[in-house]
Amino acid sequence: MDTECHLTTPLSVGDVESLRAGDRVTITGIVYTARDAAHRRLLELIDAGTELPIPIEGQVIYYVGPSPAPPGRVIGSAGPTTSYRMDPFAPRLLELGLRGMIGKGKRSKEVIEAMVRYKGVYMAAIGGAGALMAKAVKAARVVAYEELGPEAIRELKVERLPVVVVNDTLGNDLYQEGQEKYRMADG
Amino acid sequence: MREIPTQAIVDAVRDAAIRANIELGADVVEALQRAAEYEESDVGKDILAKLLENAGIARDEKIPICQDTGVAVLFVELGQSVSLTGDLIQALEEGIREGYQEGFLRKSVCDPFTRENTGDNTPIIVHLNLVPGDRLRIWVVPKGGGSENMSRLFMLPPAAGWPGIKEKIVQTVADAGPNPCPPTIIGVGIGGNFEQSAILAKKSLLRTLGTPNPDARLARMEEELLTAINRTGVGPQGLGGRVTSLAVHILTMPCHIASLPLAVNIQCHASRHVEIVL
Repeated sequence: MDTECHLTTPLSVGDVESLRAGDRVTITGIVYTARDAAHRRLLELIDAGTELPIPIEGQVIYYVGPSPAPPGRVIGSAGPTTSYRMDPFAPRLLELGLRGMIGKGKRSKEVIEAMVRYKGVYMAAIGGAGALMAKAVKAARVVAYEELGPEAIRELKVERLPVVVVNDTLGNDLYQEGQEKYRMADG
Repeated sequence: MREIPTQAIVDAVRDAAIRANIELGADVVEALQRAAEYEESDVGKDILAKLLENAGIARDEKIPICQDTGVAVLFVELGQSVSLTGDLIQALEEGIREGYQEGFLRKSVCDPFTRENTGDNTPIIVHLNLVPGDRLRIWVVPKGGGSENMSRLFMLPPAAGWPGIKEKIVQTVADAGPNPCPPTIIGVGIGGNFEQSAILAKKSLLRTLGTPNPDARLARMEEELLTAINRTGVGPQGLGGRVTSLAVHILTMPCHIASLPLAVNIQCHASRHVEIVL
């Protein structure tokens, strides 16, 4: 399919419900970066009933730890990190209205079920194409946990960040579909 | 004895660390180009094209191919006739420290418990061997976490034999699926012992892609494994396709009569290593 769906954050439930696994999407607007440590801290705040440093409802989180920005650039390389490490934390954020997650690699059954229940989608950016992904980032600033260095929470302003929908709100899984199509018997 | 000044080591390692992260090796580029021709999936072809485009951007604009500029693994062959003016390990570490700072590479090393970043991408991992001669050879091998996390080590019973070995290798790659950023290069170490099999697996990744294993028996095994792996259908970025891996490399050594150690070290498509000879 050559058509691309262009979405702007924040995302509505309608935005994500219309997506299907396999859809090519571009994201424009603000996305927040967070990895393992930042997710752990966010959940601790949620459990304590304390205000979070970033909004969750309607937002998109990009699992990325960028390399440092050379002079004259807003960010270094910025490709996705492997998403399964955030699986323990994702369902709670989806419950709070997180609409999109960008990363690479498969999600657990619990996360996929949470996406169906709470209406969120998981999209993959190309792993290892950090220089290419960085071109879509127009601004970047640390908004929380600066001491985590590459693992801080950053607010990124992105323009047409290219991703593909892997898991939609119906529980479809592009990794499974893709591999099934090309698996050869007794492989 | 031939003297090698410490500063020369620092400088060479610094430059190699930066170069490894910015310039994808010609053999990897060629392997990706060949894969793009061989791949049948349109999505897969597009991904391979984007990986090649990414390598070009990285090289032209001097930013890392991948943001995960890895833990620094160094294979070092120190000639017995080399005379060092200072501490070798410290020089290697300083080279990495400087390279990761000056090259705007990511600091990706932390305490295993507190997860506190060490701030300078050290400590480094060094595999040092003493060899005849008066040269110092260093391979700087930045190794990312994604592919490393999907790597596995098995202490097989000898009765498992080749069928057991093959099954475990293909299973490891199939289970990993999209996670290690296919298309991958599979490094295999068979024999040795627990830790040696793993070192062999990582060392096997240094062989130039597209060159055959000099051992004909192992070359046949590599081909058989690659065919089986590419029948899993995992494909580029795990989205389905014919090219799951670009190559399988095997290194072996004799092992305990009661053991059959098997290490599978997965390397992502951003296969980065630079060789220095001083």
